Formats: sequence, structure tokens, C-alpha cells
Amino acid sequence: MKGRVLVVDDDAALAEMLGIVLRGEGFEPTFVGDGDRAMDVFRDTKPDLVLLDLMLPGMDGIDVCRQIRAESGVPIVMLTAKSDTVDVVLGLESGADDYIVKPFQSKVLIARVRARLRRTDDPAPETLTIGDVTIDVAGHSVQRAGEPLNLTPLEFDLLVALARKPRQVFTREVLLEQVWGYRHAADTRLVNVHVQRLRAKIEKDPERPEIVVTVRGVGYKAGPG
Amino acid sequence: MKGAAAAVGASYRNLLAWQRQAALSRTAPVIRSRRWLRRVAERYRHSLQLRVVSATLILSAVVVSGLGYILMQHLVAGIYANMQQTSLSIANTGLNTAQSSNALNGKRNSSTRKVIWSLAHSLQSTGGTPYAIEVAPLPRVQGAPVYSTGDAIDFYRTPTIPAALTNDVVAEWNIKGNAAERPWREWTSMAMGSNPRPVPGLLIGVPFGSGFALYYFFPLAAAEQTVASIQQSLLVAGIVVVFLLAAIAWLVTRWVVVPVRMAAQGARRLSAGELNLRMEVRGSDELAALATAFNDMAVGLQEKLAELEDLSQVQRQFVSDVSHELRTPLTTIKIASDVLYGSREEMGQAAARSAELMQGQLERFESLLTDLLEISRYDANAATLDAEPVDLCGIVLQSADVAQQLAERRGTKIEFRVPAEPCIAEIDRRRVERILRNLLLNAVEHGEDKDTVVTVGMDSAAVAVSVRDFGVGLRSGEEQLVFDRFWRADPARARTSGGTGLGLAIALEDARLHGGWLEAWGEPGQGSVFRLTLPRAVSGELHGSPLPLSPLPLSTAEDAIETAELASLGDSGLGGGGSLARGLPQPGMTDRVVPTEPLVASESVQTRESMVARESPVTLPALADPVLVESVAADALAAGSGVAGEVPDGRARHAGSQPAGNEVAASG
Repeated sequence: MKGRVLVVDDDAALAEMLGIVLRGEGFEPTFVGDGDRAMDVFRDTKPDLVLLDLMLPGMDGIDVCRQIRAESGVPIVMLTAKSDTVDVVLGLESGADDYIVKPFQSKVLIARVRARLRRTDDPAPETLTIGDVTIDVAGHSVQRAGEPLNLTPLEFDLLVALARKPRQVFTREVLLEQVWGYRHAADTRLVNVHVQRLRAKIEKDPERPEIVVTVRGVGYKAGPG
Repeated sequence: MKGAAAAVGASYRNLLAWQRQAALSRTAPVIRSRRWLRRVAERYRHSLQLRVVSATLILSAVVVSGLGYILMQHLVAGIYANMQQTSLSIANTGLNTAQSSNALNGKRNSSTRKVIWSLAHSLQSTGGTPYAIEVAPLPRVQGAPVYSTGDAIDFYRTPTIPAALTNDVVAEWNIKGNAAERPWREWTSMAMGSNPRPVPGLLIGVPFGSGFALYYFFPLAAAEQTVASIQQSLLVAGIVVVFLLAAIAWLVTRWVVVPVRMAAQGARRLSAGELNLRMEVRGSDELAALATAFNDMAVGLQEKLAELEDLSQVQRQFVSDVSHELRTPLTTIKIASDVLYGSREEMGQAAARSAELMQGQLERFESLLTDLLEISRYDANAATLDAEPVDLCGIVLQSADVAQQLAERRGTKIEFRVPAEPCIAEIDRRRVERILRNLLLNAVEHGEDKDTVVTVGMDSAAVAVSVRDFGVGLRSGEEQLVFDRFWRADPARARTSGGTGLGLAIALEDARLHGGWLEAWGEPGQGSVFRLTLPRAVSGELHGSPLPLSPLPLSTAEDAIETAELASLGDSGLGGGGSLARGLPQPGMTDRVVPTEPLVASESVQTRESMVARESPVTLPALADPVLVESVAADALAAGSGVAGEVPDGRARHAGSQPAGNEVAASG
């Protein structure tokens, strides 16, 4: 497993502590404590995952998140002290894949990091179709009407999970488990925000989705009807 | 025969129909007019202008009609006095003429008749005041020769000249001889001319000469006509004046009421949130002062609100900052503690135990911090509701995990009674889960090692969960105190599961944020009930709860017998009978739980089997209660294996739990 992790956090003690834990689990951590320098370090180190504190001196964590997302689909896990809806949703909407609320346990952190880095190593060649969207599972590519769409790995996983069983309704909890790797019911806002981000990329009209459809009171499903 | 009977039947039916219709058409206007009356009364109560105008109308009508009546009395009296004056002067003139002729002073002779005739002729009305005249000898009246001209008084038809008048005239003549004659008068009705109907008028009789009398009759027609026309003009003028006054009142009140109405509307809009609304200030009178005061109030309100908003903003920011500032070092400490705790086997005994203690207390510290921040968020009004439609039954079962583990350690059960259909409501999942976790943990913790019963209910407007324990219960007054911050039933009691003392306070705030209720019931020794009621829609209002708060059965004889039977059933060796009797479902609740169709029951058995078969990959605590196994299994299945859609979620779970009522009732 590749394991370069960029820790963007201004708290030196916490960063060092995270470094100890990450090294202990076999990851290679690099650190940056300043929002303004975060992008440079990111480009230099090309990490496999970013652990990002939302409150940073210089450029704020949300902006760092947006900039990274503009350049790359690398998994971003936010570290946040704020579990309020607004803060969390803002972070997720700016492109974070997952978030951990401080204070967290080291094993929770490691589990989330592993879940984000876990990729099926050699997926069987498989092509899925919903509406005019075609998914090449092995090739990690998605096309709509022949045009390639740029999805992050998480968005890709979410779409594949839905598309493998078209017309089946998935509850948010099931999606959390399948896509995010949560064992216990967690924050379903993760699902809501990422479904919206996914729709913005694959739907013709995200206001009236045809590919990822909401089933009121239950969850989501792929395909019309 | 048959045809005739049918015809009779038909006509009878027609009659009935007609009667119904008649009855309807009779009642319809009554209802309509009543409704109209109510509407008028409503309008009257709500409109100051209408009240002022109607009061003006009524008062001015009373005043004007009073004045009119007095005026009329005066006028009529004057008219009649005037007429009498004129009549008397005409009669006096006639008397003078009669006396000056001297022809009737002597004895009656053959020419008397002729003289009377000519006298009557000379005295008849010549235009001007109309009257009739008679000349008659005294004292005999009836049957005597009467000499009249023109519109003669019909002496020969009734009524004749009233006897009273004749007597007066005769008496006058007897006393004074043929000297000093003066007219006698009386108001009476007499037939006049060709008109057989008697008309009212003034009759004047004057004795003269040697036993003769001159009679004048002045009909009142002219005076009456004058009176009638005056009356009519007065009436018209009165009505016009009354309505003019009402119109003036309407106009004047309008000047006052319109600005007041605008101020009221402005205040309404202001309270609805239009803080930028201002009233137009015109002139410098009292109404302008009202508008100015209103505008000042709006400005003051706006400023105060802005101030409060700023304050709230500051506090929110402070809470957020504190949260961040405390949480970052706590994270470091916690991870460090994790590392130390993980390697405690390599340490000395004292260091290892210290690591353990630190680990445990850090958790407590963290939950205390979390609860404090949550409470301060509520205090700063910074809590927001993140509601979405979800199945409350599912949440109830999911929230039971921690309490389930505690119950298991204590060797007790949590029994679930959920309705067959999913209880969808728009709720904030995170908050409701937190409430339920808290209630369940409390119930198990204070349940004195007895079972806990969780019931879910719903109706069209609300969903409810009640958590029943059979522990020490609550003393009276404690139903409110339990929701106080850091309140403890018995300060000396040792805590077993380490709550923060803020759990129920936060749960109450969470329920209130939903517009819902969280209530407690308890009796010493009877255990306690916590009931959460939430509206099904975010903006919905609660008028009642689908579940009863007090678990004590209604004290009807039937219930008592049922309870006693079940209790004895329990005592006769089925086990758990004591708690069974207390956990007896309410009569209304039993309907929800016990399946009515055998088909559903058999289906549910099948589903249960298939579920148990699938259960193995999901880690589940080994549970004694079949109800719970089904519920949790179905839930874990829905959440865990990703085949939620294959088993219709709510249906499968609830079908599985349906026999619960039966089993509980039968076996405990």
C-alpha cells in the first residue's frame, strides 16, 4: 500500500503526534503548518492522502481544500474541531472526502486513512451503464455521451456502488458502509453532500437528477423510475 | 291492482320528497340569515368606524325624532288655534248679520221660513274658508225645518248636531233671552254635503233672535292637509339630517381610523419581520405623533435586534473558538494516551495503571466537553435543525446499541414494540439518536436490573417513543427536575456508566428544537417513563402524543382482571411474570403490535428465519429476546450487507417484530 500522507496542521504538537502514529502504521508523513505554503508542499510531495486541519494561519483550510481539489482527486480527510452542520458541510462541499471531529482516537484516524487509501488492486474488467453514462470500472473512467467526466476516486466509488445494482434503493447508512467504510452509522451528511457533488458532474440538470435519484425517506438509487 | 299500488307508492314518495324539499327551503333562509347576522356582528366587533357610524345613526335618530315630535305638537296646536279663531270670527260676522236683519226677532209667521232661507243663503260660504251653515229654530232640532244652503249639514242623518251643543245653546238662550248671544263650539265629526261619511270638524252654534240658532260647521280637511304636509316635510328633513350626521361621523372617524388602521397593519408587518417598515408622518397632530412614535419604536427595535444579533454572533464565535482551542490539545493528549495505553504492557505496574486511568478519564473529559459545548450552543441559539424524512423505528433500534451492551452486562433485556408500518418523520437524525441513546442508557442504568420497554407510536401529526423502566422511579416533582443541568436523584449514589449530568438537559433542548416534547413520568417503586413526541413535519405543531405518558392501566374492572390473570400466569412458573404484568401493553397499543391476519404472521416467521440465516456475518450480541434479535438483525442487515433493497426495509423488520406482542403476552 502506498502511504505518503501530507499533514496540514498548524499545531506542532498534534502534527508531531500524528506523525508518530502514522509512522507506527507504516505511512510516510510529511508536514506543513501554514496554509500559504500548503500548495507548494502538496505539489512537491505528491501525497496519496491529505490530512487537513480546517483552521490554519494564512490560507484557510477550506481554500486549501478547494485548490487541491482543483488540481487532483487525491483523498482529503478534514480534521475539524467544529461538528456543526454548517462547518462540516462547507468542508465537504469544498471537496473533502471525509472528516474526523477532534478529539479523535488514533485507531479511528488510521481506519479512516486506510479506508480512503484502500483500492481494489486489480478489479475485473467491467462496464456499467446508467442512462447515457458509461463506467469503465477497471479503467477508472466515466463517460457521458462519449465525453469523459473527471470524478474523484470517492465520487467514482459512490457511482459504481449505485450503478452495480441499478434501481435498488440504497439507504445512506449502506452507502456510508460501502463507500466510506464506516462500520457504525455515522454522519449521513457525508452522503448528501457527495451525492450533490456527483450530480453536479454527471447529471444534465443537477436540479432534476436522472442518474442518481433521491428516494424520499429512504435514500438513493441509480437510474430513472 | 298492482299498478295502482305502484302509483300510490310513487305519489307517496313524491310527497315525501316534496316535504323534504319544503323543509330544506324553509331552513335554508334561516341558516343563511343567521350566518349573515353573525358576519355583521363580527364586522361590528372589529370595526371602530362601523360602531361610531351606527351609534351616531341611532342617537341622532332618537334626538331628531324627539325634536320633530315636540315641533309637530307646537305646530299642530297653532294651526288648530288659528283655525278656531278664523271660524269664530266668521260665526260672529254671521251672528251680526242675523241680528241686524231683525226679521227673526218677532213671532214666527208665514214669512219666517222665507226669511230663514234668505238668511242662510246670504251667510253661505263664498270661497276662502269652506264651511257649511244651517239656521234652525230652537229648541226642537230633530224634524224641525232646517234651512241650509250649499254643503248642508245633514241633520236628518246621524249624527245630528250633538245634543250637548244644542243644550248649551238653548241654555244660553234661556238665561239671556235674545240678548248677549255668543257662539258655542265643539269638535265633532259630521256628514257634509253629498259625502255620506262623517268628516271631522269644528261645529259652532249661536242662538239669536226669537229662538233660532245659527250653526256653522268648519271641516278640518284643510288644516289636516297642512298638518300632514308639515309632518311629511319634517320626516323627510329628519331622515336627511340623520343620514347626513352618519355620513359626517363616517368621514370624521375615517380621518382617525385610517391612520390607526395603517399603524396596526404596520405593527403587524413589523412583528412579522419587516423591520425596515416606516409610517408616513403628515402634519403635526396626534396622528402624526402616533406615526412618529411608531417609527421610533421600529428604529429602536431594529437597533436592539441588531445588538442582540451581534451579541449572539460574538457568543457563537466564542463557543466555536473555545471548541477549537480545547479540542486540538485534547486530541494530542488523547492520541498520546492511546499510544501509552497501547504499550502499557511494557511499563511498570504504576505507569501502566496510570495510562489506564488516563485513558478512562480522558473519555469522560471529552464527553463532558462535548456536552458543555452542546449546551452552550443552545444557550447561544446557535443550534440548527438538520431535518430529513427518516424512519423513527430504525433510529430507535440503532440507538439501542450502547444501552443494549449495558443491559447485557446486567443480564436484562430491552423490549421493543414498534408499529408495523415505518414511522417516517422529518427529524434531525443525529439529535434524535442522541436523545434516544440517553433515554435508553438512563433506563437501563436506573432499571434496577429489570427489563426496559421501548414503545414507538405514531398518528397523522406526530411520532412518539416512550422508554419505560421498572426501577426506583421518580418522586413527585422530580419529573421536572430530571431535566435540570447536573441534577442527580441521589447525590450519594455511585455512578456506574459515567454520564455527564447534562444528558437530559441536552435531550430536552434537542426535542424543543424539533418543536417536540420530552416528558417524564415516575412513581416511587413503579419505575419511570420518558416519552419523546415529535411532529412529523418540521413546521408541524403538536396537539397530543400518540402514546400515553403514564403507564398505569385505566382502572376499569376488565383491565384489573386481565392484569391479575396475567400476573397469576406469570407466578405459575412461566418466569419473568412479575415484570410481565407491569409491562402489559396498553389496550390501544396491543392493536398495533399483535398481527391480525395469520398470513402476515406466517410471512413474518419466514422472514425471520431468512434473517437469522443471514445474520451470521454481522456481529451481533448474543441475545435472549427473540424480538430484539429480529429487530437488530433486520437493522444490521439493512445497514450492513448492502442488500437493503432486496428486503423491503421497514416491512421485513416490522413484520418480524410483529409477533412480539403475542410472544410477550404468552411467554413473557
